[in-house]
Amino acid sequence: MSERHSITLTLNGTVISAKVDARTHLADFLRQHLRLTGTHIGCEHGVCGACNVMLDGRSARSCLMLAVQADGAVIETVEGLTASGIIADLQQEFVARNALQCGYCTPGILMTATELLSRTQPNRAEIRDALSGNYCRCTGYHAIVDAIEAIATRRAEAAS
Amino acid sequence: MKAPIFTYRRPDDLDGALALLADHAGEAQVLAGGQSLMPTLNMRLSSPGMLVDINRIASLRGIADRGEAIRVGALVRHAEVAESSLMAARIPLIALAMPHVAHMAVRNRGTTCGSLALADPSAEMPAVAVALDARIVLNKRGATRTVSARAFFQGLYQTARDDDEMITEILFPVARKNQIFGFAELSRRHGDFATVGVAVRARHIVGALDDLSVVFFGSEPAPLLSPGARDIILAADCTDTTLADAARAMTADMEPMDNQQGRGETKRKQAAVLLQRTLRDMLGRARIRSSDV
Ligand SMILES: Cc1cc2nc3c(=O)[nH]c(=O)nc-3n(C[C@H](O)[C@H](O)[C@H](O)COP(=O)(O)OP(=O)(O)OC[C@H]3O[C@@H](n4cnc5c(N)ncnc54)[C@H](O)[C@@H]3O)c2cc1C
Ligand code: FES
Ligand code: FES
Repeated sequence: MSERHSITLTLNGTVISAKVDARTHLADFLRQHLRLTGTHIGCEHGVCGACNVMLDGRSARSCLMLAVQADGAVIETVEGLTASGIIADLQQEFVARNALQCGYCTPGILMTATELLSRTQPNRAEIRDALSGNYCRCTGYHAIVDAIEAIATRRAEAAS
Repeated sequence: MKAPIFTYRRPDDLDGALALLADHAGEAQVLAGGQSLMPTLNMRLSSPGMLVDINRIASLRGIADRGEAIRVGALVRHAEVAESSLMAARIPLIALAMPHVAHMAVRNRGTTCGSLALADPSAEMPAVAVALDARIVLNKRGATRTVSARAFFQGLYQTARDDDEMITEILFPVARKNQIFGFAELSRRHGDFATVGVAVRARHIVGALDDLSVVFFGSEPAPLLSPGARDIILAADCTDTTLADAARAMTADMEPMDNQQGRGETKRKQAAVLLQRTLRDMLGRARIRSSDV
């Protein structure tokens, strides 16, 4: 039998408690225990980025973190970011520019973009560099870069 | 796939972690950023009986100025190193190399000391530590020792660390005024592990570079400090032919591995090109600097 641990964390703005197996990773905990299936699993070894979530304000691979390690953390998934409306502009831009086709990679890419846009007004090279950690098998990335760049510009204009 | 069953422990202090490693030597493994360990668990390439999560041990945090050296604790993430203005100003080689380490989300969790402990042949930080002659501090229950990075890396994923030992910090020597650095690597996708790379430290003297520390990585089982590089002096205005000859002499020291990333001999040639470009760039920067004074 796998060992069980009690955890308490802030998930999408709500404090939750749960009992988890030591070996369960955060992505499985989110998807299978909490039925938050917006966080996707592609590779389970850190390469594809589909499982990215926000951990204490920065992007992290949820397949490379144990659920028990989330004890005390503040975690946001695509469900939480969507409900709060803070990435609504980004999401609309993705739709407008066809920056997703099957959409499997999109939640993870939104996390990367959220962190990147929170730090700087990135140029195209910086956007591409950040996207090096996310695989998209459909779009060819171009529209994704366009969408993130457009929002970077729009947010900078709104702030000035 | 899913990780095998293990026991999970999360000690609050170093003594607690060292006690677990001592009592379960050979069975317990440190869990730092998890960015290399978790993939091996998920793929069932490793099955440790116990994971000792060090993420709550406050004494392992932090980058600190120790005068001659900068201390990087075992819990310092790659991202913190990359964002540290102290590191960028005092240890320029790290600033050159860090953008090549993994991707944003991986850098947010992965630790620099974890990268040394793992000793992946393609990792950047072990090569940087060897080029700078950094010192690695190892602790086990009741004992501490410091090992030069040049003696720490012993082969493919092999280091001088014993099973019951933990890396608690690394001390990177700060750059002297007359030192200049270079870094370059070749990888399939930016942020992926390098097929072959070079990390260089040199001394800038009037009209030339000498005292070269040239490290090849990616292609070798462990970072390789070129013995031939020490005796090479490069004039600031040397020709491309001289530079190519020097690069060829240094790459003769390599023992590149044949693997799915390419034949060893191909990597030797790639390393020579990377090295020429890096040295040319360093000579250019050295010339700008000497015209400053
Ligand atoms: C997609 C992807 C791409 C990557 N690309 C690169 C890259 O380009 N370059 C690169 O250098 N790295 C790369 N990495 C690896 C990353 O840098 C790792 O984070 C790092 O190598 C290990 O650090 P960690 O803190 O995550 O260690 P963990 O995964 O927690 O541990 C790794 C190993 O080291 C041991 N260990 C960790 N810390 C200590 C310690 N303080 N004392 C003793 N033992 C310890 C563990 O027991 C384990 O065996 C990549 C990873 C991924 C997932
Ligand atoms: S599922 Fe986590 S990175 Fe691919
Ligand atoms: S839209 Fe299909 S993988 Fe990116």
